[in-house]
Amino acid sequence: MSGFATLFHKEVLRFWKVGTQTIGAPVLTAVLFLFIFGHVMEGRVRMYDSVPYTAFLVPGLVMMAVLQNAFANTSSSLIQSKITGNIIFVLLPPLSYGEFFAAYVLAAVVRGMVVGAAVMLVTLPFVDVEFRHPLWIIAFASCGSAVLGALGMMAGIWAEKIDQVAAFQNFLVMPLTFLSGVFYSIHSLPAFWQGLSHFNPFFYMIDGFRYGFFGVSDVHPLRSLAVVGVFLAVVSGLTLVVLRSGYKLRH
Amino acid sequence: MPAAIEIRDVHKRFGDLQALSGIDLEVPRGEFFGLLGPNGAGKTTLISVLAGLVRADRGSAHVMGHDVRSDYRAARRSLGVVPQELVFDPFFTVRETLDIQSGYFGMRDNRAWIDEVMHNLDLSSKADVNMRALSGGMKRRVLVAQALVHKPPVIILDEPTAGVDVELRQALWRFIRRLNRDGHTIVLTTHYLEEAEALCARIAMLKQGRVVALDSTPNLLKRVHHLLLRLRLAGELPEELRAFEHGGAEDAHILRLKTYDDVEQALASIRRAGSRIEEMELVQPDLEDAFVDVMRRS
Repeated sequence: MSGFATLFHKEVLRFWKVGTQTIGAPVLTAVLFLFIFGHVMEGRVRMYDSVPYTAFLVPGLVMMAVLQNAFANTSSSLIQSKITGNIIFVLLPPLSYGEFFAAYVLAAVVRGMVVGAAVMLVTLPFVDVEFRHPLWIIAFASCGSAVLGALGMMAGIWAEKIDQVAAFQNFLVMPLTFLSGVFYSIHSLPAFWQGLSHFNPFFYMIDGFRYGFFGVSDVHPLRSLAVVGVFLAVVSGLTLVVLRSGYKLRH
Repeated sequence: MPAAIEIRDVHKRFGDLQALSGIDLEVPRGEFFGLLGPNGAGKTTLISVLAGLVRADRGSAHVMGHDVRSDYRAARRSLGVVPQELVFDPFFTVRETLDIQSGYFGMRDNRAWIDEVMHNLDLSSKADVNMRALSGGMKRRVLVAQALVHKPPVIILDEPTAGVDVELRQALWRFIRRLNRDGHTIVLTTHYLEEAEALCARIAMLKQGRVVALDSTPNLLKRVHHLLLRLRLAGELPEELRAFEHGGAEDAHILRLKTYDDVEQALASIRRAGSRIEEMELVQPDLEDAFVDVMRRS
């Protein structure tokens, strides 16, 4: 195997071996969200005029799980390796910074997809969800998880302690996902907050992803994909620049 | 043919600390080379520059003729490093760890060599044990194995025997000596000077980021211009020998002398004074004396 393929394989193995924590736990969280919010809200509102709330909620929860787990995969792997010192095992071999980036981010995409698919599977018996445009679903899930995987890399490289990664997760990733329309359509928000939501890149990920299920969205999916694509390019570019400089990895 | 290691005018500063100030060093292929120095002398920093873990502020470093920056792939492929810290990946077994490390270097069908390395380091019975479950000594062996999976022509061992039992130490040196006989260049840093004395053909001594001595091991030993004469006397030590006294206990004296002539004269003066020698030992200088000597003078 090539160095890149080995690093990718190792990063997938790493989360697979502790699947209870890396796949099981987020699935349970998503299901709890679904039951609690579904129970409270069901019958009270219809989204896009026709979609029952729980059906609307499922893609949001799936995408939230995809994004948060993609972020967790790269950030926790890097910070753990840095703290325990075993990061040296990937710094000594002849891997280029591009291979390094691609292997970590691709493994994050796989983790996001696996957790997302598991959440989907577990919720299917309880909620009737359509899959109108599966290609859009895959496109947004893969681009979204790649963005978060790259962000997780930045956090993992920058942080020196685990609580710094946790801060990144709790004060940036969590609020941006929660406020991106996981639980609501931004059309139900007052004009100011609706306008502000358009500056949240996570909103486009979830909105476009949801379009794949219902064929309805707040923003046209092409526009969302363009925004997510630009965001992905910017975050990836920055991460590559940071990796190339050796910042906090090669002193 | 380029040298195994070539370091030219390497400088490195970390904040206020000048870790390396102009290191020049060349290690020819096939040599067993020692890198000695007190803590903080810059040994690990220098190794890290060669391994690409630290980037030099100035100067250049080559491994087997490959620049560690511009030709890093070839340089890293030529180099195996056993780090000083006892690090491991708790997610994997010994075999997985070695398979993964081998894969990073793009090695295919490497099973036979991995088995051989494990056998030589007495790791075969632990192949399927998780890294977490291994003792410190076993983890150290895995670190050595990881550095060797890609059969690097140059092997650097950064204090590989710190806190390691005698059995492993001997097994490790047997294996490393064999690799050296097979043509691998070995660079060793250690605090056990007798180890360096027994193994290394040439030694560089570092202090505060500079090379303060660089010579063959016998030549370094020759630099120590003294002999220690340990005596137990029935009677007093003659007054004229007090000046040479260099420590000692109540009834034992240690004299620091320059030449064998001095030894003869000291014995003669003891006889003259009517004292009798009950016990006598002449101690040859070892690398530790050379080390202390060089460190004091520089």
